Amino acid sequence: MSYGSADNSLPLKNFRTTKGRHGGVLDWILSTDHKRIGILYLISILSFTAVAIVIGLLMRLELIAPGETIVKPETYNALFTLHGVIMIFLFVVPGLQAIFGNFFLPILIGARDVAFPRLNLLSWWCYMIGALMAVLALFTGGGAPDTGWTFYVPYSVRTSTNVSLAVLGVFVLGFSSILTGLNFVTTVHRMRAPGMTWFRIPLFVWASYSTSWIQILATPVLAITVLLVAFERLFAIGIFDPASGGDPLMYQHLFWIYSHPAVYIMILPAMGVVSEILPTFARKPIFGYKAIAFSSLAIAFFGYLVWGHHMFTSGMSDTARWVFSLLTFLVAIPSAIKVFNWVATLYKGAIQMSPALLFTMAFIFLFSIGGLTGLIQGALATSIHTHDTYFVVGHFHYIIFGGTGFAFIAGLLYWFPKMYGRLYRMKPMYIGWGLMFVGFNALYFPMLILGWMGMPRRYYDYIPEFQFWHVVSTVGSWILVSGIILIAVEFFRARKHGPIAGDNPWGGVTLEWHIPSPPPHENFEVIPQVTWDTYDFEHGLPEKTAEGASHS
Amino acid sequence: MEKQVTLPYGKYVMVWFGLLALTALTVTAASLHFGKWSVLAAIVIATVKSSLVVLYFMNIKYEEKIFKIMLAVAILTLMVIMVLTFADILFR
Amino acid sequence: MSTAAHADSGHHLEHHQDHTGAKIGMWLFLFTELLMFGSLFLVYSDYRMQFPADFHFSATSLDPLVGTINTLVLLTSSLTMALAIAALDRNRQRIAVRLLGVTIFLGGVFLVNKYFEWSAKFAHDLYPGSETLSMMAEGERQFFNLYYAMTGLHGLHVLVGMIIIAVMLWLVARKPRQKHMLLDVQPARVTLQDANDRELLVLPADDHVHEVHVTLVYDQHEELSRRHLIHLENTGLFWHLVDLIWIFLFPLFYLIT
Repeated sequence: MSYGSADNSLPLKNFRTTKGRHGGVLDWILSTDHKRIGILYLISILSFTAVAIVIGLLMRLELIAPGETIVKPETYNALFTLHGVIMIFLFVVPGLQAIFGNFFLPILIGARDVAFPRLNLLSWWCYMIGALMAVLALFTGGGAPDTGWTFYVPYSVRTSTNVSLAVLGVFVLGFSSILTGLNFVTTVHRMRAPGMTWFRIPLFVWASYSTSWIQILATPVLAITVLLVAFERLFAIGIFDPASGGDPLMYQHLFWIYSHPAVYIMILPAMGVVSEILPTFARKPIFGYKAIAFSSLAIAFFGYLVWGHHMFTSGMSDTARWVFSLLTFLVAIPSAIKVFNWVATLYKGAIQMSPALLFTMAFIFLFSIGGLTGLIQGALATSIHTHDTYFVVGHFHYIIFGGTGFAFIAGLLYWFPKMYGRLYRMKPMYIGWGLMFVGFNALYFPMLILGWMGMPRRYYDYIPEFQFWHVVSTVGSWILVSGIILIAVEFFRARKHGPIAGDNPWGGVTLEWHIPSPPPHENFEVIPQVTWDTYDFEHGLPEKTAEGASHS
Repeated sequence: MEKQVTLPYGKYVMVWFGLLALTALTVTAASLHFGKWSVLAAIVIATVKSSLVVLYFMNIKYEEKIFKIMLAVAILTLMVIMVLTFADILFR
Repeated sequence: MSTAAHADSGHHLEHHQDHTGAKIGMWLFLFTELLMFGSLFLVYSDYRMQFPADFHFSATSLDPLVGTINTLVLLTSSLTMALAIAALDRNRQRIAVRLLGVTIFLGGVFLVNKYFEWSAKFAHDLYPGSETLSMMAEGERQFFNLYYAMTGLHGLHVLVGMIIIAVMLWLVARKPRQKHMLLDVQPARVTLQDANDRELLVLPADDHVHEVHVTLVYDQHEELSRRHLIHLENTGLFWHLVDLIWIFLFPLFYLIT
């Protein structure tokens, strides 16, 4: 399979060249074109993530030796809080939904845009304003919050650091998430092309749709929770203050009622990306389309039932503990179904290797490790031992970074040619993958060991027995980041100087591969009439369908 | 040329009378000192009032099925959250 | 290459309002409010269960008469809102405008009552952070914390609702502006643009276009107001939600004595 097109130039009229009413940057930051908004999210999200990565490196550097290494303890508390707040609220929660969902959801269902384009732009502005408020909190009031990204009471209402501004920023960010979810649900219900039935929509759309429901129903609970923290700090309305009869556990409940479903906001679109990439590079339909579709919905629903597993040692009733433990084991089932289906998709497929596929396979491996370590914590007896240790830190990095993070890169590798019209060089991506895979496991596997040995999380100092694995972990962080840099540099270069990709470099069959790269402003010249099944590599190839034929 | 989407004026007024009556009911029930049951009574009456508002004022009764399904999902989610939280606070 | 019919099916529905879609969007937003206030009710029921006597006692300091009046005020405003929408649905633009005015007025009455209620409390040194409050029993303190948080947030929603209804009133009442259209016929492309340079109609490159017929139909002024109907319906949905929240707040704070 040779990639690239015979043509030597990008299509003249694409979504980047469309002239708006203002000219220049204003045409982008005031654009209601879902593709431009997707790119805006891409740029802003990656910028914040880069900062959070640097903070992570600093944290690892501090932990390479016991005692003070490069920062004071108070600074270290602020560092891990900031790392968490940025990575969670500014990267993985909006992440794939805001970037790939915005860019591709309408195209995948044959629509010209989302249901509410202006609301979509508002979503991005809420993201930027919320992010700016969080950044401002670092430099104003009492300075950067040191509560951890979870803002537990009573410390969060007593600390002199600028928690108020930070949580109000989170409140505004919540609106961004809600508006995106609202937009996508309406879009999928109302704007599918003729013939695009519910069971013909691509699995990324199923994932995005399920995610949107979580965004709509779970985020408001976080909104009121952070608002109440702000009320307590600003107006002395002490709803969680134990000194006036408040229940700090109530805070934890409300916080995790959002934050557990939030992790499914993080992972579902990533799983959707995996479900798109595998059929294309195995050149056969996804195994068990309906099972994966229903699993997405099941994960979204079950995700609401398990939040108490973050609170096993908090003082909850015994009844609650075993109820949540049981439910936690149940929620693993739909994810497992997906993993089995993905592997079955590859079985007896005509595999074409590519960096996108390699990152996808790494996702399956790393996500599985993360999931299995989750089960250990779902069981009450072992959870008592691992709670608040590095085991948890290792677990969630395997899931969020090994899962969402790797899937994000896979998605970029897969869809970059469509978004930019150009191809990247394979070699830096393969080498980058190798560095990232080795570095990732060197960085995070020791955390599982350290946690099991008893190293607490969010600790600045530790006993000398732990140092060996900390050194391994820190060295792993350097290897990992060098891989990231290699890949990032190649992406940057390829944006402007890569060879022309053409409409369908990978031979995909979903609708985005039926239109030019980059896509024109209105996506489709003529709205397609869909008569083929989603992953049909016989009848779904662009050259075989009516619109593909008419377009060429 | 466009189809009417609302009900006859009189129907809305009837619903309003129903709401007024239920309000009178809940106020009198409160002064009757049912003790433990007064909270339950208040919530039941409030639920009936809400149903009137949702079904008729907000037109859910006459909307397409998808609206009813979505509303049910939202209410179900809230119920589930409340029940599971009570699994903790009720048994501490 | 496309036939005329093909181009037509691709384009003539481009700027048609999707009423159902807009309504779905509004209901989805209402669900967020349901979950947000629902969480507050969850906190309320937790503390109510822990401090039943304190909650009973604190509730006696609220005036059930004012609460009842406010309930009747909001219920009536929901009626006038529903009637306003029904009026606009029947092209009775003037009646709709008047009913919207009454709705806003009733919302104002509610807020004025709230203002007097809160002022009375403040005058008795019963506000968050006050000394009197800090010396009361735990359950009483939480009752008032929840009272201020929940009725405060609700009042904010009443205010926002009033502003939105006021905007809708203005939109429904005003005469529509002159619409200037530009019909541009190029050899390969025909566009119809409105006064804001928005393309209302685009026919793609087609050598076989011989004639273009455009018929502009101007509605009566009253019928033209009807194009705001979906937005007014959505406004009504928000206003009814504000009423719904109060339907639960009222008994739980005022009637549990």
